Amino acid sequence: MATVEFVPNQQQTEQITAHVLWMTTGLSCEGDSVAMTSATNPSLEDIIQGIIPGMPRVVIHNQVVAYEVGQEYIQAWYDAEQGKLDPFVLIVEGSLGNEKINGEGHWTGFGVNPADGQPITTNAWVDRLANKAAAVVAIGTCATYGGIPAMKNNPTGAMGLPDYLGWKWRSRAGLPVVCIPGCPAQPDNMTEVLLYLVLHLGGLAPAPELDDQLRPKWLFGRTVHESCNRAGFYEEGNFATEYGSDHRCLVKLGCEGPVVKCNVPVRGWVNGIGGCPNVGGICMACTMPGFPDNYMPFMDEAPKAKTTQIPAQYIYGPLYRWARGWEIRHNGDKEPAWRHNRNELTTGYQPKNYARKGA
Amino acid sequence: MATIEQPTERKVVVKEMSWDPITRIVGSLGIHTEIDFTNQHVLKCYSTSMVFRGFDIFMKGIDPRDAHFITSRICGICGDNHCTCSCLNQNMAYGVKPPKLGDYAYNLAESADFMFDHAIFNDCMANVDFCEQMVKETNPTLLKTAEQTPAPHGDIHGYKTIAEIMRALNPFTGSFYLETLQVARYTREMYCLFGGRHTHPSTIMPGGVSADITHQTCTDYYVRLMRYIEYAKRTVPMHDDLYDFFLEQLPGYDMVGYRDTDLICWGCFDDPEYVDYSYRGMTEWGRHRYITPGLVFKGELVSTDLVEINLAIRILLGSSYFDDWSSEETFVDKDPLGNAVDKRHPWNKVTLPRPQKRDWADKYSWVVSPRMYDKRNDSYVACDTGGGPFARQWVTAKAGLVDIGYLKATGTSLQMVLPRTASMPEMELEWKIPEKSNAIERDRARSYHQAYSALVGLHCLEKALVEIRAGRTKSWNSFTVPSEAVSVGFHEAARGVLSHHMVIREGKIANYQPYPPTPWNANPRDVYGTPGPYEDAVQNTPIFEENGPETFKGVDIMRAVRSFDPCLPCGVHMYTGAGRVRKVQHRPTGLS
Repeated sequence: MATVEFVPNQQQTEQITAHVLWMTTGLSCEGDSVAMTSATNPSLEDIIQGIIPGMPRVVIHNQVVAYEVGQEYIQAWYDAEQGKLDPFVLIVEGSLGNEKINGEGHWTGFGVNPADGQPITTNAWVDRLANKAAAVVAIGTCATYGGIPAMKNNPTGAMGLPDYLGWKWRSRAGLPVVCIPGCPAQPDNMTEVLLYLVLHLGGLAPAPELDDQLRPKWLFGRTVHESCNRAGFYEEGNFATEYGSDHRCLVKLGCEGPVVKCNVPVRGWVNGIGGCPNVGGICMACTMPGFPDNYMPFMDEAPKAKTTQIPAQYIYGPLYRWARGWEIRHNGDKEPAWRHNRNELTTGYQPKNYARKGA
Repeated sequence: MATIEQPTERKVVVKEMSWDPITRIVGSLGIHTEIDFTNQHVLKCYSTSMVFRGFDIFMKGIDPRDAHFITSRICGICGDNHCTCSCLNQNMAYGVKPPKLGDYAYNLAESADFMFDHAIFNDCMANVDFCEQMVKETNPTLLKTAEQTPAPHGDIHGYKTIAEIMRALNPFTGSFYLETLQVARYTREMYCLFGGRHTHPSTIMPGGVSADITHQTCTDYYVRLMRYIEYAKRTVPMHDDLYDFFLEQLPGYDMVGYRDTDLICWGCFDDPEYVDYSYRGMTEWGRHRYITPGLVFKGELVSTDLVEINLAIRILLGSSYFDDWSSEETFVDKDPLGNAVDKRHPWNKVTLPRPQKRDWADKYSWVVSPRMYDKRNDSYVACDTGGGPFARQWVTAKAGLVDIGYLKATGTSLQMVLPRTASMPEMELEWKIPEKSNAIERDRARSYHQAYSALVGLHCLEKALVEIRAGRTKSWNSFTVPSEAVSVGFHEAARGVLSHHMVIREGKIANYQPYPPTPWNANPRDVYGTPGPYEDAVQNTPIFEENGPETFKGVDIMRAVRSFDPCLPCGVHMYTGAGRVRKVQHRPTGLS
């Protein structure tokens, strides 16, 4: 029997082995790696086991799940440096400290230099590998834009990967740093982009389309508010006044949803369950380049938000609410008159062969 | 005829071995050792972490209401524990008590987190050290025995031999490993029902919880919880079989990861009937927690009083890349009850980083060295958290204060009754305080703690449903931030004690000091030369691995370290291949 090819050149693309070097040793909490283990679309094992026809074989090197320890684990980084792993995707999790300001010390390291016994900084690994990688991905807001370790008054001079490599930097295949922000990044956003890039390396998908902040457009094209299940309350000027059982729009309690690009309201958190506003949490803008400084204190309404919130609450919102309430009471909640159990049929149908009971 | 033999010289080979990064944990940890391969034991161990971010520095001057959002980002696996701890801390500072439903929601979220965390860490990280592939590479003889050894509880968990259990734990192919990955997802769904997201929640707040909690929330939680309880019924006997096999087949294995029983547990899961979050009432409400706080020196439970425990905490330096703060400002000299507060207490700690070269003889880690002050003999004790469950269960069992029917502390044990589930009948479990604090018992306690956490979840769910059915759906109370306050949050991360100490001045944070479990466990030698618990436990570890120095994997050391469930957002690496020969000693061994 001839082998059917489900995608073009399936035999060849499945022969490719793509390595993923996932560095967790930026200034990070490893929350992205931990969150990645909860992804379901696709899951980690879906990627490793090759769930899509034609996808190249994927070997993931990530220290949260790795079987190997120490030198056996870190060998892949040396192999990649020497060109023995090709193609490979370099993922960086965590921001990069400014290692130019700390003398002989380090802010964050990965592995030890055999020559002098000192840690090799994560920045040094980025220098060694970024230009050899087929694609470079920044995962989580720390790696994409700096995030929490890069807050005002931080002692390490932390920055995101594009700040470090330069926003105009391109990989040898011409790709900019692919940024998947979020604190942590939404689990499926990470695995889906990873799967997409692997398909791209196999020639099965075009390069991912990114916006000016290097985010994949299909994931970060809409604001939280544009897909929030509480947005209807905003339209009707109906705002929650306390956290918890008050299920109305949270904007007055600090929600930044109208001005934050993020798909969590659509995707939920784990397997569609959860997600900030979906269960009653304010959006704290954790996917944004300005996070966290531009949004603190988180529990207060943003001053600029009042310009649209006040008209909604006092001008058009009450009108919409009244009109829709009237419509529900006088039309939607009314059943048509022909639904009854009387001794007659009033639906409009004219029966020819019916007989009354007992007739 | 008697013969007199000449004294012979025996060569003692000592090698430096390093593992950096240590994988299958969260964070950056390196373990550097000197191993005596002739006598098969570890001589020296140094634990190091290479990451510094400086949370306590950049949190100065911010609005205290941001503290839970920011501190959650300290850790990627216990971020929600930090968030919750910060909320308990802020509740004390603001004098706010959530409605009961809010208190139960804190507990429901956190018990789901423990169910998740203990499952994924045990069977997708730590127990990979006990899987078939690993045992084949390190103790092939033992694997042969395992093939022939029937599993005593095989009728419950379904694996006929010990080797079958080991095979089930092989990464990405073993059935139990793969099942646990799934379990670690639906338990996080449970978390998200109340917390919004895992691991950095969006709904856990000071004053309560901002999740909109309805019947549906509880139904979604309930069905997953019962699925988990059924999983726990198979998990606990399976782990018992596996660990008992190691203890029986390798005599002396109870010394792997052994150290004195010096334990700390801050307790968690407050009872809404008692907790008011005040410092004044902390001794009393602390003892009503569903996990009892306690301080254990040399196997003796010396206190269950959170105020006394608070005052005994000291932060020491010695081998860390920080400058001393003794000439800096003192924030708190008396606690809210008028007790004296030490300069080395977290309330008075000032973080002064000094990056420098790593030097094993001097400074070699970004982790500081917390100690418990023992006033009886004026000493500083390096207590550990037993990876969380070991200390929690040890203290709770010993104190004998917890009794919620299906969960009872007896003074020597914990008795648990797991209800009937879809395909398994009711089951009773009993965890007894073990004689030793070692790697196997830490791992075993973690397994029993999966059941314990599920029962706390079940109890709180039933109580939450009472509130909802009575129409009491409010889960948050408002508060105002005072201009001055001194407060503390005591909580448990999955892997052990977690405290947040805060000083508020002029309505802003003047000092914020979070102490997670890992500084307690992974710390380097302190100023008195006392090694940290990982170092101490590894130094006591005998080597059972069958490989010689050339192919040495260090699996016994890995089991010792991973039993503490490290989360350094750290690692241990083998950087010199087969190991650098540190020294070759020639010692006369006398008459043979």
